Parts: sequence; structure tokens; C-alpha cells
Amino acid sequence: MAHAETAAASAETGQRVEYELQLYYWMKLIRAFEERVSRLHRQNKILGGVYSGAGQEAVVTGVCAPLRPGDFVAPLHRDLGVFLVRGVDPGRLMAQLMGKEAGLSRGKDSFLHGGDLEHGVFGSTSMLGSSLPVAAGAALKFQIKKEPQVAVAFFGEGASSRGDVHEAMNFAGVRKLPVVFVCENNRYAYSTPLEKQMAIENVADRAPAYGFKGHVVSGNDLLAVVQLAEKVVRRVRAGGGPELIECKTYRYRGHSEHDAALYRDKEELLEWQSRDPIPRYEFYLEKKGHDVKRIREEIDERTRTVVQQAVEFAEQSPLPAAGEALEDLYAPAPMSPAGDGRA
Amino acid sequence: MEATYLAAINHALHEEMRRDENVFVMGEDVAELGGAFKATDGLLAAFGPDRVIDTPISEALIVGAGVGAAILGMRPVVEMQFGDFISCAFDQIVNTAATLRYRHGGRAACPLVIRAPSGAGVHGALFHSQNPEAWFTRVPGLKVVAPATAYDAKGLLKSAIRDGNPVVYFEHKRLYRSVKEDLPDGEFTVPIGVAQLRQAGRDLSLITYGGALHQSLDAASIVAREDGLSIEVLDLRTLLPLDREAILATARKTGKVLIVHEDRLTGGVGGEVAAIIAEHAFDSLDGPIRRVAALDTHTAFSPPLEEFILPNANKIVAAIRGLAAY
Repeated sequence: MAHAETAAASAETGQRVEYELQLYYWMKLIRAFEERVSRLHRQNKILGGVYSGAGQEAVVTGVCAPLRPGDFVAPLHRDLGVFLVRGVDPGRLMAQLMGKEAGLSRGKDSFLHGGDLEHGVFGSTSMLGSSLPVAAGAALKFQIKKEPQVAVAFFGEGASSRGDVHEAMNFAGVRKLPVVFVCENNRYAYSTPLEKQMAIENVADRAPAYGFKGHVVSGNDLLAVVQLAEKVVRRVRAGGGPELIECKTYRYRGHSEHDAALYRDKEELLEWQSRDPIPRYEFYLEKKGHDVKRIREEIDERTRTVVQQAVEFAEQSPLPAAGEALEDLYAPAPMSPAGDGRA
Repeated sequence: MEATYLAAINHALHEEMRRDENVFVMGEDVAELGGAFKATDGLLAAFGPDRVIDTPISEALIVGAGVGAAILGMRPVVEMQFGDFISCAFDQIVNTAATLRYRHGGRAACPLVIRAPSGAGVHGALFHSQNPEAWFTRVPGLKVVAPATAYDAKGLLKSAIRDGNPVVYFEHKRLYRSVKEDLPDGEFTVPIGVAQLRQAGRDLSLITYGGALHQSLDAASIVAREDGLSIEVLDLRTLLPLDREAILATARKTGKVLIVHEDRLTGGVGGEVAAIIAEHAFDSLDGPIRRVAALDTHTAFSPPLEEFILPNANKIVAAIRGLAAY
């Protein structure tokens, strides 16, 4: 009996170790993918707006880790990592950024506006905060149908000033919807610093006013984010109503690749880079007895291959034919009751 | 069974909710109260609080949450308590909902109905009289309907609920109780995108929709009686997409077109109808395309102001006589 318990515990620990290494892989993959995206943008191979999430990888990784298939995620405009962690094909994602036929939106929209609902990823618009009501609606569907799913809505502290955010949180609180609101507070709404955006310290402090819990966590500490997200997602999934997680973090690059971010203090950037989520997590893995140097080399090799293959797939993918501009506007009507767009 | 325009809407909701358990209703005061106009009356008792949902005063949330539920396979019918308030949800309609399928490469659908009680002539003043349809008729990805009869109110609402796309459904407040007819007992729908000839004629075509249909029909019978004119009346019913064939057919038949709507003149649906005719049926015309519409001002409150601004049968009669003289 004692032996069986030990074996079960050790199997569980084995799974946990694997899971923790998977989290590391995801952060590294996001970082490598986005670095390549920035380079491709400089080479004019990716046109239009590119919004890097560099520095914020721990937030999307930690929040998406406890999610299940069938959960609904509305990422914000720099959450490319959400797509990767949710299992969207990296080749199709890269094709999306290049405006290719094989992209998620088949060339119709740029960057992350093309969602992938098969993987539960909603393509948000550029009207920041507007995806929170949508996530509330997804959560409403789960509630009406008594499905054990959750919706997750990412938003920046910038978007938190918009009315849509208030309306969504208020409604979610009233109906106790299974939705997790995740604020990525990276201190700047484009160029506008925190102190010009809000008169209080934390976005999370607003949650109690909507009747639910708000949590503040270091968004650069993957372990802290994932541990909190696991607890929150479990409670929300169990019907405990919405909760808000505010991750304090920092974006390394400008608002977009066009923005040199000269409005920021260099010291501030350096200070935040010294709290980079990746070495911080490596330190944790090291303390747990992993050979981090070996793991890093292995994972770097894997991510290089994944990114390279994604780029090759995207580059070989054709551009859409001009006439396709008039396709995909309307679903067939009437549509099947499944709501899947098929006649 | 005789039904008012309002009852027709109510019956359509009851029937569709019975037919498809994914249909649900959401909006301000739609559950306990049964709607400010009683359009959703009885739904709460019949279908329960999971499918008939009162919301806070949050129009953007109402539409946005409708989108979120719709893309996961639900069929939400959301209500803007007054069509005027739809401006508060403008972004969710024209950006989130209308582009959804396009930006997901055709791999998503948004079967959402947005009901909007609109229209003037009920002393509603600036913010309870608006006809906001033209804000939406130039947005690809949306469909826009505006029924004028009880039959169409029911049939178009059923079609809108079964449609795979966001449909903005404008119901005219003045018609709620003033318009009624015998409706078939059995199941029927009215297709979106198809106009209806209300009366055939030889001398001149009135092209209209919504509340203005009834004033147009009144005007047509006045000039038939007093002037011996034979007027054709085309009810557009759907404003996006327009039934171009029906528009061009009536223009070619009579050669004289008067477009009538209660919405303002400038930028109204009539301008697009006129352009379609001018582009494709110019050689059939025997006179200028003319329009009768609300004056280019806000819908003022005090009766003499409101009357001065809005179209009515007498103004339409005068316009018909002017055009018939060509």
C-alpha cells in the first residue's frame, strides 16, 4: 500500500517534471518565433503591423498551460504565444503573418486578427478590449449548456480604460460566468505611461467592485503565473464565477516594430530585462536539479527547427488570388445548427 | 389567425426557441418585463432564465456576448431596447461581428440577430425616433432587414434566426399595433434579400420599405382615385443585400421612380437605390429619380416640427404628381 502510494506519487512527479519542461519549451519557442518575426519584418517579408510580445512570454505560457481543448481564449494583439501554446500549427501562423493563402485568415487580415477556432483561439480586432464581451459570451454559452469549459480574455492595462472592459466584467460578475480576465500590465499604452492611464495602483483592484477576486502576480515569473492560473482556472471551471489576474510585466520592443519607443527610459528597459522570465525560470529548473545547459541546447535546437520549418512552409505557400477578396464574407444561409458555417 | 406586427415578432421568437434549443434571447428588460414593447413577452415563462436573459444597460456587451455565444454554435437574438441605442454597440456590430468570418478565413460563423425597434412618428424625439439602418447597409458581412407587415415581421425574423450571419433586424415601433393581418397557422419564412411587389402599376414606381410602405400605399390610392394614376409599389424588405433585380425591373417597367423612406435623405438607402437605377436602367427612365425622405435634421419633438420633418402621404402625393408630369 505504502509502496503503491509512493509509485503513484512518483508517476505524478514525473508528469509534473515533464510539464514544467514543456512550459520552458513554450517560452523558448515563443521567444524564438517572435525574434524571427521581427527579423522577417525588417526584411520586408512580413508587412504591416507587428506587435512583439517579447518579455511577456511567461504570461501567455502560464495562463494557457492549465487550459483544455474546448476552452475559449481571446488573446490580445501581441499574444502570438497564445496561438503556439494552444497548438495552432506554426507554419499556418507564419503564413498568416505573411498574408499567405495558407494563413489563418487566408490573407484577409494581418498579424493576430486571424483566429483559429478549432484550437479555441479567437482572432481579436484592433479595437482593444472589444474581445472581453465576446469572451463573456463564450462563457455564457458554457454556462447555458452546463459545459465544464472556461473562457479566457487577455487585455492590456491600456484596454482596461475602455468601456467594453467594464461592461464585460460587470456582466460576468452579475452572472458568475466562467471567464478568466487576464490583464497584461506592461506599463505603456503605446507611448502613454501608467500614471496617465489610471489613478490607482492595480487593475486587479477593480475586480472586487465587480463582485469577484482580483490577483496581482509578477508576469515575469512563470512559476508564479502558472501556479496562480492553475488555481484560478480550477475555481472558475468549477463554477465559482469570474476572476481577474493582473500580470505585471514589460514589453521589450516598441508598441509595434515601427516604434522605437524613445519615450521610455533606457534604464527602465535594462532593469526589466534583468528580470527576464526565461533565465528566471532556468534558475528554478537548475534548483530542481536539472542540467539546464543541456536542456537549453536541446530546446534551442528544437525551436530553431520548428521556426525554420514554419518559415519555409510560409514562404512556399502561395499568395491568395485577387478575387478571393470577395470570399468568406458570408456563411451559407441557412446554416447547420452546429454553427460551424457549413450548409 | 389575426396578429399584429408586434405579436408576429413575439410568435416568431416563441416558435424558433421551441424549434432550436440553441436560440436564446438577451437584452435590457427582455425577461421579467417581456421587453419595453412586450416583444419578448411570455418567453421567460416558456423557456426559463437560461434562455431569456436580462442584462445590465450595456449595449456593447449585449452584442459582443452575442458574438461570443454565436461563434460557439448558439443562435442569440439580442435586443437593442431602442434602435437609437445601437450606436453604443456600433463597434461590436461593424468590427467584431461583421468581419468575424472574413478575418477567420471563412472558418467561423456568427449567426446573430440584433433586433432594433426603430422609427419615428411616436413623439419619441431625438433619441427614440431614429432610423439607423443606413449606418449598417454599407457594411459587408452584415445583413439588414426592415419588415413592414406582420407577415414579413414573422417570416423575416425566422429567416434571420436561421441565417448563418449577423442580421440587423429593424422593426418599426409605429407598426407594432397599427398593422395587423391574418397569418397562416402553419410554418412559413420570408427569404432575406427578396423584395416584394405590394401593388402592380403602369405609370410610376414607388420604392420603399418599413414604416414608409404604409404611407406610400395611402398615397398610391389617393392618386389612383384623384388623378387616375396607376402606381407600382415595391417593398424592399431587405436593405442589405438589396434586391437589385426587383429594383431594376420596376424601374424599367414604369420609367419613373420615386423612392420613399423615413430615414433622412442624405446618405440614406434611397441614394444607393437611385444609383443602381441610374447606372443600369438609365435608358428606361422617363424622368428624374426622385426621393421623399426625412429632412436633413434631427427628429425634433414638438408636433409641428416632427410633422414638418417626416414624410407622410400628402408629401408623397405631391412628389408623385410632380414626377408624373414628366
